[in-house]
Amino acid sequence: MSSDDLAQHDALQADDKLMAQVVSRRTFLKATLGLFAAGWVSMMVYPFFRYLTSSVKLSGAEEVTSVSLGGAETLAPGTGKNFQFGSKPALIVRDTDGTFHAYDAMCTHLGCTVQFKDAKDGIWCACHGGKYDPSTGKNIAGPPPKPLAKLDVAVVEGNIIVSKPGVTLSNKAVES
Amino acid sequence: MMAQMLKNKVYGWLDQRFALGTMQELAGKKTVPVHRHSIWYYMGGIAVMFLIIQVLTGGLLMLYYVPEISAAHASIVTINSQVDFGWFVRSMHSWGANLMILALFVHLFTTYFLKAYRPPREITWLTGLGLLVVVFGFGFTGYLLPWDEVAFFATKVGLDIASQVPFVGETIATILRGGADVSQATLSRFFVIHVFLLPLALVALMGVHMLMVQLHGMSRPDSVKDQAVREEKFFPTFVLKDLMVWLLLFNLLAAFVSFYPWGLGPEADPFAAAPAGIKPEWYFLGMFQFLKVLPAYIGPFEGEHVGMALFALIGLAFVVIPFWERGQNPVRKMWAELFGSVILFLFIVFTVWGMLL
Repeated sequence: MSSDDLAQHDALQADDKLMAQVVSRRTFLKATLGLFAAGWVSMMVYPFFRYLTSSVKLSGAEEVTSVSLGGAETLAPGTGKNFQFGSKPALIVRDTDGTFHAYDAMCTHLGCTVQFKDAKDGIWCACHGGKYDPSTGKNIAGPPPKPLAKLDVAVVEGNIIVSKPGVTLSNKAVES
Repeated sequence: MMAQMLKNKVYGWLDQRFALGTMQELAGKKTVPVHRHSIWYYMGGIAVMFLIIQVLTGGLLMLYYVPEISAAHASIVTINSQVDFGWFVRSMHSWGANLMILALFVHLFTTYFLKAYRPPREITWLTGLGLLVVVFGFGFTGYLLPWDEVAFFATKVGLDIASQVPFVGETIATILRGGADVSQATLSRFFVIHVFLLPLALVALMGVHMLMVQLHGMSRPDSVKDQAVREEKFFPTFVLKDLMVWLLLFNLLAAFVSFYPWGLGPEADPFAAAPAGIKPEWYFLGMFQFLKVLPAYIGPFEGEHVGMALFALIGLAFVVIPFWERGQNPVRKMWAELFGSVILFLFIVFTVWGMLL
Protein backbone atom coordinates (compact mmCIF):
# COMPACT_ATOMS: atom_id res chain seq x y z
CA MET A 1 0.00 0.00 0.00
CA SER A 2 1.22 3.51 -0.76
CA SER A 3 1.21 6.14 1.97
CA ASP A 4 -1.77 7.80 0.28
CA ASP A 5 -3.74 4.61 0.48
CA LEU A 6 -2.82 4.21 4.10
CA ALA A 7 -3.90 7.73 4.90
CA GLN A 8 -7.20 7.14 3.16
CA HIS A 9 -7.58 3.84 4.97
CA ASP A 10 -6.99 5.55 8.34
CA ALA A 11 -9.46 8.25 7.47
CA LEU A 12 -12.05 5.65 6.58
CA GLN A 13 -11.42 3.81 9.80
CA ALA A 14 -11.85 7.02 11.74
CA ASP A 15 -15.12 7.52 9.89
CA ASP A 16 -16.20 4.01 10.84
CA LYS A 17 -15.43 4.72 14.49
CA LEU A 18 -17.47 7.86 14.37
CA MET A 19 -20.28 5.93 12.73
CA ALA A 20 -20.06 3.27 15.39
CA GLN A 21 -20.56 5.89 18.06
CA VAL A 22 -23.38 7.73 16.35
CA VAL A 23 -25.88 5.42 14.65
CA SER A 24 -26.42 6.75 11.16
CA ARG A 25 -29.86 7.95 10.15
CA ARG A 26 -30.05 5.18 7.56
CA THR A 27 -29.26 2.43 10.06
CA PHE A 28 -31.70 3.85 12.57
CA LEU A 29 -34.51 4.11 10.06
CA LYS A 30 -33.82 0.64 8.69
CA ALA A 31 -33.91 -0.87 12.18
CA THR A 32 -37.08 1.02 13.07
CA LEU A 33 -38.74 0.00 9.85
CA GLY A 34 -37.67 -3.60 10.45
CA LEU A 35 -39.16 -3.55 13.94
CA PHE A 36 -42.40 -2.04 12.69
CA ALA A 37 -42.56 -4.57 9.87
CA ALA A 38 -42.04 -7.46 12.29
CA GLY A 39 -44.66 -6.03 14.62
CA TRP A 40 -47.08 -5.52 11.76
CA VAL A 41 -46.57 -9.07 10.47
CA SER A 42 -47.12 -10.53 13.96
CA MET A 43 -50.26 -8.44 14.37
CA MET A 44 -51.55 -9.74 11.06
CA VAL A 45 -50.59 -13.37 11.68
CA TYR A 46 -51.76 -13.64 15.29
CA PRO A 47 -55.54 -13.30 14.73
CA PHE A 48 -55.41 -15.94 11.99
CA PHE A 49 -53.35 -18.29 14.13
CA ARG A 50 -55.86 -17.94 16.99
CA TYR A 51 -58.75 -18.33 14.54
CA LEU A 52 -57.27 -21.62 13.30
CA THR A 53 -56.37 -23.04 16.72
CA SER A 54 -59.54 -21.96 18.51
CA SER A 55 -61.25 -25.04 19.95
CA VAL A 56 -64.89 -24.26 19.62
CA LYS A 57 -67.36 -27.03 20.39
CA LEU A 58 -69.38 -27.21 17.20
CA SER A 59 -71.56 -30.07 18.36
CA GLY A 60 -72.84 -29.65 21.90
CA ALA A 61 -70.61 -32.17 23.64
CA GLU A 62 -70.35 -31.09 27.25
CA GLU A 63 -67.87 -32.00 29.92
CA VAL A 64 -69.03 -35.25 31.47
CA THR A 65 -67.74 -36.70 34.71
CA SER A 66 -69.82 -39.85 34.87
CA VAL A 67 -72.28 -41.91 32.88
CA SER A 68 -74.72 -44.65 33.79
CA LEU A 69 -74.67 -47.75 31.61
CA GLY A 70 -77.81 -49.38 32.96
CA GLY A 71 -78.22 -52.64 34.85
CA ALA A 72 -75.15 -54.68 35.77
CA GLU A 73 -76.85 -57.80 34.43
CA THR A 74 -76.77 -56.38 30.86
CA LEU A 75 -73.07 -57.08 30.60
CA ALA A 76 -72.29 -60.78 30.91
CA PRO A 77 -69.02 -61.86 32.54
CA GLY A 78 -66.24 -62.32 29.99
CA THR A 79 -67.59 -59.64 27.63
CA GLY A 80 -67.12 -55.96 27.01
CA LYS A 81 -68.68 -53.06 25.15
CA ASN A 82 -67.83 -49.64 23.81
CA PHE A 83 -69.76 -46.61 25.00
CA GLN A 84 -69.72 -42.84 24.82
CA PHE A 85 -68.14 -40.99 27.73
CA GLY A 86 -68.79 -37.30 27.08
CA SER A 87 -66.98 -36.50 23.86
CA LYS A 88 -64.70 -39.53 24.16
CA PRO A 89 -65.07 -43.19 23.26
CA ALA A 90 -64.78 -45.52 26.26
CA LEU A 91 -64.77 -49.26 26.90
CA ILE A 92 -66.15 -51.36 29.75
CA VAL A 93 -65.08 -54.97 30.32
CA ARG A 94 -66.49 -57.53 32.76
CA ASP A 95 -64.08 -60.16 34.01
CA THR A 96 -65.15 -63.79 34.22
CA ASP A 97 -65.25 -63.32 38.01
CA GLY A 98 -67.81 -60.55 37.56
CA THR A 99 -65.70 -57.44 38.27
CA PHE A 100 -65.98 -54.42 35.97
CA HIS A 101 -63.13 -52.43 34.45
CA ALA A 102 -63.56 -49.29 32.37
CA TYR A 103 -61.04 -47.49 30.22
CA ASP A 104 -60.64 -44.57 27.92
CA ALA A 105 -60.91 -46.52 24.63
CA MET A 106 -58.28 -44.44 22.87
CA CYS A 107 -55.33 -46.64 21.94
CA THR A 108 -52.09 -45.19 23.33
CA HIS A 109 -50.36 -45.98 20.05
CA LEU A 110 -52.03 -43.80 17.43
CA GLY A 111 -55.42 -43.00 18.86
CA CYS A 112 -57.69 -45.61 17.29
CA THR A 113 -60.63 -46.88 19.35
CA VAL A 114 -59.93 -50.24 21.01
CA GLN A 115 -62.47 -53.02 21.66
CA PHE A 116 -62.86 -56.10 23.83
CA LYS A 117 -62.32 -58.99 21.44
CA ASP A 118 -62.49 -62.23 23.40
CA ALA A 119 -61.02 -63.92 26.44
CA LYS A 120 -57.91 -64.96 24.51
CA ASP A 121 -57.06 -61.64 22.88
CA GLY A 122 -58.44 -59.34 25.56
CA ILE A 123 -58.61 -55.67 24.59
CA TRP A 124 -57.55 -55.26 21.00
CA CYS A 125 -56.97 -52.41 18.55
CA ALA A 126 -57.98 -53.15 14.95
CA CYS A 127 -55.71 -50.49 13.46
CA HIS A 128 -52.26 -51.82 14.30
CA GLY A 129 -52.97 -54.93 16.36
CA GLY A 130 -52.09 -53.61 19.83
CA LYS A 131 -53.33 -55.63 22.82
CA TYR A 132 -54.10 -54.73 26.44
CA ASP A 133 -54.83 -56.76 29.53
CA PRO A 134 -58.60 -56.49 30.19
CA SER A 135 -58.32 -56.39 33.98
CA THR A 136 -55.49 -53.85 34.25
CA GLY A 137 -55.41 -52.00 30.94
CA LYS A 138 -51.72 -52.77 30.66
CA ASN A 139 -50.25 -52.86 27.15
CA ILE A 140 -49.20 -56.48 26.57
CA ALA A 141 -48.57 -56.86 22.84
CA GLY A 142 -48.07 -54.91 19.63
CA PRO A 143 -47.05 -51.28 19.25
CA PRO A 144 -48.84 -49.47 22.15
CA PRO A 145 -46.26 -47.79 24.40
CA LYS A 146 -48.47 -47.15 27.45
CA PRO A 147 -51.42 -48.72 29.31
CA LEU A 148 -54.96 -47.50 28.64
CA ALA A 149 -56.19 -44.64 30.85
CA LYS A 150 -58.53 -46.00 33.51
CA LEU A 151 -62.02 -44.90 34.43
CA ASP A 152 -63.71 -45.74 37.74
CA VAL A 153 -66.60 -48.20 37.82
CA ALA A 154 -69.11 -48.61 40.61
CA VAL A 155 -72.34 -50.54 40.77
CA VAL A 156 -74.92 -48.34 42.47
CA GLU A 157 -78.32 -49.90 43.14
CA GLY A 158 -77.68 -52.45 40.41
CA ASN A 159 -76.65 -49.82 37.85
CA ILE A 160 -73.17 -49.57 36.34
CA ILE A 161 -71.79 -46.07 36.89
CA VAL A 162 -68.57 -45.12 35.14
CA SER A 163 -66.83 -41.97 36.29
CA LYS A 164 -63.62 -40.05 35.86
CA PRO A 165 -60.95 -41.17 38.29
CA GLY A 166 -61.00 -39.09 41.47
CA VAL A 167 -64.61 -37.97 41.13
CA THR A 168 -66.55 -39.18 44.17
CA LEU A 169 -69.95 -40.60 43.45
CA SER A 170 -71.80 -38.76 46.23
CA ASN A 171 -71.33 -35.22 44.93
CA LYS A 172 -71.96 -35.52 41.26
CA ALA A 173 -74.93 -35.74 39.03
CA VAL A 174 -75.23 -39.10 37.39
CA GLU A 175 -76.16 -38.80 33.76
CA SER A 176 -77.64 -41.49 31.69
CA MET B 1 -62.66 -18.00 -51.16
CA MET B 2 -64.77 -16.16 -48.61
CA ALA B 3 -63.94 -18.74 -45.97
CA GLN B 4 -60.24 -18.40 -46.64
CA MET B 5 -60.44 -14.63 -46.32
CA LEU B 6 -62.36 -14.89 -43.08
CA LYS B 7 -59.85 -17.39 -41.73
CA ASN B 8 -56.97 -15.09 -42.54
CA LYS B 9 -58.77 -12.19 -40.94
CA VAL B 10 -59.45 -14.08 -37.72
CA TYR B 11 -55.91 -15.40 -37.65
CA GLY B 12 -54.53 -11.92 -38.20
CA TRP B 13 -56.66 -10.52 -35.40
CA LEU B 14 -55.55 -13.22 -32.96
CA ASP B 15 -51.93 -13.06 -34.09
CA GLN B 16 -51.77 -9.33 -33.37
CA ARG B 17 -53.07 -9.87 -29.88
CA PHE B 18 -51.50 -13.18 -28.82
CA ALA B 19 -48.33 -13.24 -30.98
CA LEU B 20 -49.43 -16.56 -32.45
CA GLY B 21 -46.54 -16.52 -34.91
CA THR B 22 -43.96 -16.46 -32.12
CA MET B 23 -45.76 -19.21 -30.28
CA GLN B 24 -45.97 -21.35 -33.41
CA GLU B 25 -42.28 -20.87 -33.98
CA LEU B 26 -41.48 -21.92 -30.41
CA ALA B 27 -43.81 -24.89 -30.59
CA GLY B 28 -42.26 -25.97 -33.88
CA LYS B 29 -38.82 -26.07 -32.27
CA LYS B 30 -39.94 -28.32 -29.44
CA THR B 31 -38.86 -31.92 -29.98
CA VAL B 32 -38.84 -35.17 -28.06
CA PRO B 33 -35.99 -37.71 -28.36
CA VAL B 34 -36.95 -41.16 -29.59
CA HIS B 35 -35.13 -44.08 -27.94
CA ARG B 36 -35.87 -47.23 -25.98
CA HIS B 37 -36.75 -45.33 -22.77
CA SER B 38 -39.09 -42.87 -24.53
CA ILE B 39 -42.16 -44.56 -23.10
CA TRP B 40 -41.46 -42.98 -19.72
CA TYR B 41 -41.91 -39.51 -21.23
CA TYR B 42 -45.65 -40.20 -21.24
CA MET B 43 -46.00 -40.58 -17.47
CA GLY B 44 -46.27 -36.90 -16.55
CA GLY B 45 -48.87 -36.35 -19.24
CA ILE B 46 -50.87 -39.33 -18.00
CA ALA B 47 -50.91 -37.81 -14.52
CA VAL B 48 -52.15 -34.52 -16.04
CA MET B 49 -54.96 -36.37 -17.82
CA PHE B 50 -56.10 -37.97 -14.57
CA LEU B 51 -55.80 -34.60 -12.86
CA ILE B 52 -58.17 -33.01 -15.39
CA ILE B 53 -60.65 -35.79 -14.63
CA GLN B 54 -60.26 -35.09 -10.90
CA VAL B 55 -60.98 -31.38 -11.34
CA LEU B 56 -64.08 -31.99 -13.45
CA THR B 57 -65.56 -34.83 -11.39
CA GLY B 58 -64.64 -33.03 -8.16
CA GLY B 59 -66.56 -29.98 -9.26
CA LEU B 60 -69.55 -32.16 -10.12
CA LEU B 61 -69.47 -33.95 -6.76
CA MET B 62 -69.62 -30.61 -4.94
CA LEU B 63 -73.07 -30.06 -6.40
CA TYR B 64 -74.51 -32.78 -4.15
CA TYR B 65 -71.95 -33.37 -1.39
CA VAL B 66 -72.68 -31.76 2.00
CA PRO B 67 -69.65 -31.25 4.28
CA GLU B 68 -71.54 -31.67 7.56
CA ILE B 69 -71.05 -34.69 9.82
CA SER B 70 -74.70 -35.67 10.11
CA ALA B 71 -75.27 -35.23 6.36
CA ALA B 72 -71.97 -36.07 4.63
CA HIS B 73 -72.37 -39.85 4.56
CA ALA B 74 -76.03 -39.56 3.55
CA SER B 75 -75.13 -37.18 0.73
CA ILE B 76 -72.68 -39.73 -0.69
CA VAL B 77 -75.38 -42.39 -0.41
CA THR B 78 -77.65 -40.02 -2.35
CA ILE B 79 -74.98 -39.46 -5.00
CA ASN B 80 -74.43 -43.22 -5.28
CA SER B 81 -78.05 -44.26 -5.39
CA GLN B 82 -80.38 -41.35 -6.24
CA VAL B 83 -78.53 -38.97 -8.52
CA ASP B 84 -78.54 -40.16 -12.13
CA PHE B 85 -75.05 -41.47 -12.86
CA GLY B 86 -73.93 -40.18 -9.46
CA TRP B 87 -72.19 -43.50 -8.85
CA PHE B 88 -70.37 -42.99 -12.14
CA VAL B 89 -69.08 -39.53 -11.30
CA ARG B 90 -68.07 -40.50 -7.79
CA SER B 91 -66.38 -43.73 -8.88
CA MET B 92 -64.55 -41.82 -11.54
CA HIS B 93 -63.25 -39.41 -8.88
CA SER B 94 -62.14 -42.23 -6.56
CA TRP B 95 -60.69 -44.50 -9.24
CA GLY B 96 -59.13 -41.53 -11.03
CA ALA B 97 -57.41 -40.44 -7.83
CA ASN B 98 -55.91 -43.89 -7.33
CA LEU B 99 -54.77 -44.24 -10.94
CA MET B 100 -53.29 -40.73 -10.83
CA ILE B 101 -51.23 -41.62 -7.77
CA LEU B 102 -50.13 -44.84 -9.46
CA ALA B 103 -49.07 -42.84 -12.55
CA LEU B 104 -47.19 -40.42 -10.29
CA PHE B 105 -45.31 -43.24 -8.56
CA VAL B 106 -44.25 -44.61 -11.94
CA HIS B 107 -43.32 -41.06 -13.04
CA LEU B 108 -41.27 -40.52 -9.87
CA PHE B 109 -39.34 -43.76 -9.97
CA THR B 110 -38.66 -43.74 -13.71
CA THR B 111 -37.47 -40.13 -13.48
CA TYR B 112 -35.27 -41.25 -10.61
CA PHE B 113 -33.74 -44.24 -12.35
CA LEU B 114 -33.25 -42.35 -15.63
CA LYS B 115 -31.57 -39.64 -13.50
CA ALA B 116 -33.60 -36.85 -15.02
CA TYR B 117 -33.24 -35.01 -11.70
CA ARG B 118 -29.64 -34.05 -12.51
CA PRO B 119 -28.60 -30.44 -13.12
CA PRO B 120 -30.11 -28.28 -14.50
CA ARG B 121 -33.38 -30.04 -13.64
CA GLU B 122 -33.23 -29.84 -9.83
CA ILE B 123 -36.21 -27.46 -9.66
CA THR B 124 -38.27 -29.77 -11.88
CA TRP B 125 -37.45 -32.65 -9.52
CA LEU B 126 -38.19 -30.67 -6.35
CA THR B 127 -41.50 -29.27 -7.61
CA GLY B 128 -42.36 -32.82 -8.64
CA LEU B 129 -41.75 -34.03 -5.09
CA GLY B 130 -43.81 -31.09 -3.84
CA LEU B 131 -46.62 -32.11 -6.18
CA LEU B 132 -46.52 -35.65 -4.81
CA VAL B 133 -46.90 -34.25 -1.28
CA VAL B 134 -49.84 -32.12 -2.47
CA VAL B 135 -51.43 -35.17 -4.09
CA PHE B 136 -50.97 -37.19 -0.88
CA GLY B 137 -52.71 -34.27 0.85
CA PHE B 138 -55.58 -34.57 -1.63
CA GLY B 139 -55.76 -38.29 -0.93
CA PHE B 140 -55.69 -37.88 2.85
CA THR B 141 -58.26 -35.06 3.03
CA GLY B 142 -60.54 -36.49 0.35
CA TYR B 143 -60.62 -39.83 2.12
CA LEU B 144 -62.38 -38.31 5.16
CA LEU B 145 -65.11 -36.48 3.24
CA PRO B 146 -67.54 -39.45 2.87
CA TRP B 147 -67.40 -39.73 6.69
CA ASP B 148 -67.45 -43.50 6.78
CA GLU B 149 -65.91 -45.75 9.41
CA VAL B 150 -62.51 -46.35 7.81
CA ALA B 151 -62.20 -42.69 6.84
CA PHE B 152 -62.79 -41.60 10.42
CA PHE B 153 -60.11 -43.86 11.87
CA ALA B 154 -57.65 -43.24 9.06
CA THR B 155 -57.91 -39.54 9.85
CA LYS B 156 -57.56 -40.15 13.57
CA VAL B 157 -54.40 -42.18 13.05
CA GLY B 158 -52.98 -39.84 10.41
CA LEU B 159 -53.39 -36.77 12.59
CA ASP B 160 -52.02 -38.64 15.60
CA ILE B 161 -48.91 -39.41 13.57
CA ALA B 162 -48.65 -35.74 12.59
CA SER B 163 -49.01 -34.68 16.23
CA GLN B 164 -45.89 -36.63 17.15
CA VAL B 165 -43.57 -34.54 15.00
CA PRO B 166 -41.31 -32.76 17.50
CA PHE B 167 -42.11 -29.14 18.52
CA VAL B 168 -44.68 -28.21 15.85
CA GLY B 169 -46.59 -31.50 15.50
CA GLU B 170 -49.23 -30.89 18.15
CA THR B 171 -50.01 -27.38 16.83
CA ILE B 172 -50.26 -28.60 13.24
CA ALA B 173 -52.49 -31.51 14.25
CA THR B 174 -54.73 -29.17 16.29
CA ILE B 175 -55.03 -26.73 13.39
CA LEU B 176 -55.91 -29.54 10.97
CA ARG B 177 -58.29 -31.21 13.42
CA GLY B 178 -59.85 -27.99 14.68
CA GLY B 179 -59.61 -29.17 18.28
CA ALA B 180 -58.73 -32.28 20.23
CA ASP B 181 -61.05 -34.74 18.46
CA VAL B 182 -61.92 -35.57 14.88
CA SER B 183 -65.21 -33.69 14.58
CA GLN B 184 -67.25 -31.31 12.42
CA ALA B 185 -64.35 -28.85 12.60
CA THR B 186 -62.09 -31.50 11.07
CA LEU B 187 -64.52 -32.26 8.26
CA SER B 188 -64.91 -28.54 7.43
CA ARG B 189 -61.17 -28.02 7.42
CA PHE B 190 -60.45 -31.07 5.29
CA PHE B 191 -63.11 -29.95 2.83
CA VAL B 192 -61.58 -26.48 2.53
CA ILE B 193 -58.08 -27.93 2.19
CA HIS B 194 -59.30 -30.40 -0.44
CA VAL B 195 -61.25 -28.01 -2.66
CA PHE B 196 -59.47 -24.69 -2.09
CA LEU B 197 -56.02 -24.77 -0.51
CA LEU B 198 -54.47 -27.77 -2.26
CA PRO B 199 -55.76 -26.80 -5.72
CA LEU B 200 -54.02 -23.42 -5.30
CA ALA B 201 -50.77 -25.12 -4.29
CA LEU B 202 -51.15 -27.61 -7.13
CA VAL B 203 -51.59 -24.94 -9.78
CA ALA B 204 -48.58 -22.99 -8.50
CA LEU B 205 -46.27 -26.01 -8.33
CA MET B 206 -47.47 -27.42 -11.62
CA GLY B 207 -46.87 -24.09 -13.33
CA VAL B 208 -43.22 -24.10 -12.27
CA HIS B 209 -42.84 -27.83 -12.98
CA MET B 210 -44.10 -27.52 -16.57
CA LEU B 211 -42.27 -24.26 -17.22
CA MET B 212 -39.04 -26.03 -16.26
CA VAL B 213 -39.82 -28.91 -18.61
CA GLN B 214 -40.32 -26.37 -21.42
CA LEU B 215 -37.06 -24.58 -20.58
CA HIS B 216 -34.88 -27.68 -20.31
CA GLY B 217 -36.57 -29.98 -22.79
CA MET B 218 -36.68 -33.73 -22.25
CA SER B 219 -33.82 -35.28 -20.34
CA ARG B 220 -31.84 -38.04 -22.03
CA PRO B 221 -30.75 -40.98 -19.94
CA ASP B 222 -27.04 -41.92 -19.81
CA SER B 223 -27.55 -45.07 -21.85
CA VAL B 224 -28.61 -43.16 -24.97
CA LYS B 225 -26.60 -39.99 -24.37
CA ASP B 226 -23.81 -40.87 -26.81
CA GLN B 227 -26.01 -42.41 -29.47
CA ALA B 228 -27.33 -40.44 -32.38
CA VAL B 229 -30.95 -40.23 -31.36
CA ARG B 230 -33.81 -39.28 -33.64
CA GLU B 231 -35.96 -36.38 -32.44
CA GLU B 232 -39.65 -36.19 -33.18
CA LYS B 233 -41.68 -33.01 -33.23
CA PHE B 234 -43.71 -32.29 -30.10
CA PHE B 235 -46.41 -30.67 -32.28
CA PRO B 236 -48.14 -32.55 -33.69
CA THR B 237 -46.40 -35.96 -33.45
CA PHE B 238 -45.87 -36.39 -29.71
CA VAL B 239 -49.09 -34.58 -28.77
CA LEU B 240 -51.11 -36.94 -30.93
CA LYS B 241 -49.39 -39.96 -29.41
CA ASP B 242 -50.04 -38.43 -25.98
CA LEU B 243 -53.72 -38.12 -26.80
CA MET B 244 -53.82 -41.75 -27.95
CA VAL B 245 -52.38 -42.85 -24.60
CA TRP B 246 -54.84 -40.61 -22.78
CA LEU B 247 -57.76 -42.09 -24.67
CA LEU B 248 -56.57 -45.60 -23.90
CA LEU B 249 -56.20 -44.92 -20.18
CA PHE B 250 -59.43 -42.98 -19.99
CA ASN B 251 -61.17 -46.08 -21.35
CA LEU B 252 -59.36 -48.20 -18.79
CA LEU B 253 -60.62 -45.86 -16.07
CA ALA B 254 -64.16 -46.02 -17.44
CA ALA B 255 -63.93 -49.81 -17.39
CA PHE B 256 -62.85 -49.85 -13.73
CA VAL B 257 -65.59 -47.36 -12.89
CA SER B 258 -68.27 -49.41 -14.65
CA PHE B 259 -67.25 -52.86 -13.51
CA TYR B 260 -66.02 -52.02 -10.01
CA PRO B 261 -67.95 -48.96 -8.82
CA TRP B 262 -66.36 -47.41 -5.74
CA GLY B 263 -67.92 -48.57 -2.47
CA LEU B 264 -68.87 -46.74 0.69
CA GLY B 265 -68.41 -48.08 4.22
CA PRO B 266 -70.91 -47.71 7.07
CA GLU B 267 -71.24 -44.22 8.53
CA ALA B 268 -68.58 -43.26 11.05
CA ASP B 269 -69.54 -43.59 14.71
CA PRO B 270 -66.99 -41.62 16.75
CA PHE B 271 -67.70 -43.75 19.82
CA ALA B 272 -67.54 -47.21 18.29
CA ALA B 273 -64.43 -49.35 18.14
CA ALA B 274 -62.26 -49.36 15.04
CA PRO B 275 -63.58 -52.08 12.70
CA ALA B 276 -61.50 -55.25 12.27
CA GLY B 277 -59.39 -55.35 9.11
CA ILE B 278 -59.13 -51.55 8.87
CA LYS B 279 -56.44 -50.42 6.42
CA PRO B 280 -55.45 -47.18 4.72
CA GLU B 281 -55.44 -46.69 0.95
CA TRP B 282 -52.79 -48.71 -0.87
CA TYR B 283 -50.45 -45.76 -1.32
CA PHE B 284 -50.15 -45.35 2.45
CA LEU B 285 -50.28 -49.10 3.07
CA GLY B 286 -46.52 -49.70 2.84
CA MET B 287 -45.82 -47.09 5.51
CA PHE B 288 -48.75 -48.37 7.58
CA GLN B 289 -47.50 -51.96 7.44
CA PHE B 290 -43.98 -50.86 8.35
CA LEU B 291 -45.25 -48.96 11.43
CA LYS B 292 -47.39 -51.95 12.35
CA VAL B 293 -44.49 -54.41 12.51
CA LEU B 294 -42.17 -52.12 14.47
CA PRO B 295 -41.95 -53.09 18.14
CA ALA B 296 -43.31 -50.70 20.81
CA TYR B 297 -39.79 -49.66 21.73
CA ILE B 298 -36.54 -49.65 19.81
CA GLY B 299 -33.89 -48.94 22.40
CA PRO B 300 -35.12 -45.92 24.37
CA PHE B 301 -37.37 -44.66 21.53
CA GLU B 302 -40.98 -45.47 20.75
CA GLY B 303 -41.13 -47.69 17.68
CA GLU B 304 -43.35 -45.38 15.64
CA HIS B 305 -41.03 -42.42 16.32
CA VAL B 306 -38.16 -44.41 14.85
CA GLY B 307 -40.33 -45.32 11.88
CA MET B 308 -41.37 -41.72 11.29
CA ALA B 309 -37.78 -40.50 11.58
CA LEU B 310 -36.84 -43.10 8.98
CA PHE B 311 -39.61 -41.91 6.61
CA ALA B 312 -38.41 -38.33 7.07
CA LEU B 313 -34.84 -39.35 6.24
CA ILE B 314 -35.95 -41.18 3.10
CA GLY B 315 -37.91 -38.10 2.05
CA LEU B 316 -34.86 -35.94 2.72
CA ALA B 317 -32.69 -38.25 0.62
CA PHE B 318 -35.06 -37.75 -2.33
CA VAL B 319 -34.82 -33.99 -1.83
CA VAL B 320 -31.01 -33.84 -1.78
CA ILE B 321 -30.35 -36.45 -4.49
CA PRO B 322 -30.06 -33.96 -7.40
CA PHE B 323 -27.47 -31.96 -5.47
CA TRP B 324 -25.44 -35.02 -4.52
CA GLU B 325 -25.60 -37.24 -7.61
CA ARG B 326 -24.88 -34.83 -10.46
CA GLY B 327 -23.71 -37.36 -13.04
CA GLN B 328 -20.02 -36.78 -12.41
CA ASN B 329 -19.16 -39.51 -9.95
CA PRO B 330 -19.80 -43.17 -10.87
CA VAL B 331 -19.66 -44.28 -7.22
CA ARG B 332 -22.41 -41.84 -6.24
CA LYS B 333 -24.42 -42.96 -9.26
CA MET B 334 -24.16 -46.54 -8.04
CA TRP B 335 -25.27 -45.59 -4.53
CA ALA B 336 -28.20 -43.56 -5.87
CA GLU B 337 -29.32 -46.54 -7.96
CA LEU B 338 -28.94 -48.89 -5.01
CA PHE B 339 -30.88 -46.56 -2.71
CA GLY B 340 -33.71 -46.15 -5.23
CA SER B 341 -33.90 -49.90 -5.80
CA VAL B 342 -33.99 -50.68 -2.09
CA ILE B 343 -36.73 -48.10 -1.45
CA LEU B 344 -38.81 -49.31 -4.39
CA PHE B 345 -38.34 -52.93 -3.30
CA LEU B 346 -39.33 -52.20 0.32
CA PHE B 347 -42.29 -50.10 -0.82
CA ILE B 348 -43.59 -52.98 -2.94
CA VAL B 349 -42.87 -55.66 -0.33
CA PHE B 350 -44.56 -53.77 2.53
CA THR B 351 -47.51 -52.75 0.36
CA VAL B 352 -48.13 -56.32 -0.79
CA TRP B 353 -47.60 -57.60 2.77
CA GLY B 354 -50.19 -55.11 4.00
CA MET B 355 -52.63 -56.20 1.30
CA LEU B 356 -52.28 -59.88 2.16
CA LEU B 357 -53.00 -59.41 5.87
